[in-house]
Amino acid sequence: MIAIVDYGVGNLFSLHSSFAYLGAESKVTGNVDEIRKADRIVLPGVGAFDDAAARLRNSGLADVLIQETSAGKLLLGICLGMQLLLDRSFEYGEHRGLGLIHGDIVPIRPVVSPEYKVPQIGWNTLHFPKHRKVSPLFKNIREGEHVYFVHSYHATHCDESIIATTEYDAELTAAVARDNVFGVQFHPEKSGQTGLNILRAFCEL
Amino acid sequence: MITKRIIPCLDVKDGRVVKGVNFLGVADVSSPVDLAAHYSQCGADELVFYDITASSEGRKLFTGVLTEVASRIFIPLTVGGGINSLDDFDRVLKCGADKVSVNSGAIRDRNLIPEAAKKYGDQCVVLSADVKRVNGAFRVFAQGGRVDTGMDALDWIQWGVEHGAGEVVVNSIDTDGVKKGFDLEMLAAVCKRVSVPVIASGGAGNVEDFSILFRTLPGVDAGLAASIFHFGTVDIKELKRKLLADGINMRL
Repeated sequence: MIAIVDYGVGNLFSLHSSFAYLGAESKVTGNVDEIRKADRIVLPGVGAFDDAAARLRNSGLADVLIQETSAGKLLLGICLGMQLLLDRSFEYGEHRGLGLIHGDIVPIRPVVSPEYKVPQIGWNTLHFPKHRKVSPLFKNIREGEHVYFVHSYHATHCDESIIATTEYDAELTAAVARDNVFGVQFHPEKSGQTGLNILRAFCEL
Repeated sequence: MITKRIIPCLDVKDGRVVKGVNFLGVADVSSPVDLAAHYSQCGADELVFYDITASSEGRKLFTGVLTEVASRIFIPLTVGGGINSLDDFDRVLKCGADKVSVNSGAIRDRNLIPEAAKKYGDQCVVLSADVKRVNGAFRVFAQGGRVDTGMDALDWIQWGVEHGAGEVVVNSIDTDGVKKGFDLEMLAAVCKRVSVPVIASGGAGNVEDFSILFRTLPGVDAGLAASIFHFGTVDIKELKRKLLADGINMRL
């Protein structure tokens, strides 16, 4: 059973529908016990970092996620959910993340030319780092397939964890992973068949 | 590299699509779910659903339609029509909408855009503006493009973006339905004022219109159309292939 963490932010309906479509059982829940019982966890997220991080901490869910992943449970962070996995975010000040993957979240605006819109909204291609094996998260897709992004911030200083990038004037981090913890900046539940194939790979890990 | 987006727009009244006629290959042209599934299959990058029902009964039907679409189709869904309050945002977001489009509601209540952006994030708030030329200037119209608000469209759009709208849909009343191309002059003016994604709407008659749009105005990120897709005049698959051949980045 996949636990889709409900901590008050994110499009939970589409995620749940995606897993249902794939034939995987999932439950939208903010309940600590249910999350502990699940065999894998998805952390969605949309909106502001500090608000979301505060919600995770105040509800006790942050501790649960750290404990469960330390024990080896698979976790997939999506969009803001991915950003929360890192050490810090510099969105409106400096804020602490869960620190499950090393790196910082910083604004896109300074690293792209003025004609590039921020937020990046739309379909962009995934590229896998040449110097390492393709992550098992991407075993069902090919280099160059399109996924849907909506973001104004991106992950940096996370080179050792990058499993996919995308080109938006600059090279932006599209996905990260460290052992059993995965994060994708894009929305697999909104990325058509490519997205479903990525979610299916997560189910098959 | 990011691609330009092709977005079909469906007007839904009492749970049925209006203007869906003579369309080949779709079992029920007035079924929003069937049509949405068809477009998704053909490669539509996003879908826009407008609720054009006036009644509360119709509103319930629309919510039902949304839920069904969102449970079967996995591309971004923007929902608009009668969005006047945060409750309206909540209602459609819970049913699977990713973005919410505001038009007259945002004009009537100037707190709508900023509050919605604060609560849901500005990537969730789409400002849809109906614009028409009046005495040489671009004017904002409300109530389905019928009432002249007296406001300058460029100022209004800029204000909306400054206060939280993450995307703008420019509906040109002047070119809408005329099918002689998108309103390039109007779109160019809007692109100069905002640096968020701009979606062109109104005027597309054929494949070439989309090509001219993206080649002339690199600042426009997406093209939206309704009847040319619903009537089968333009096939989305063919459109995207042609645009790619014209050097415009497309997701095939």
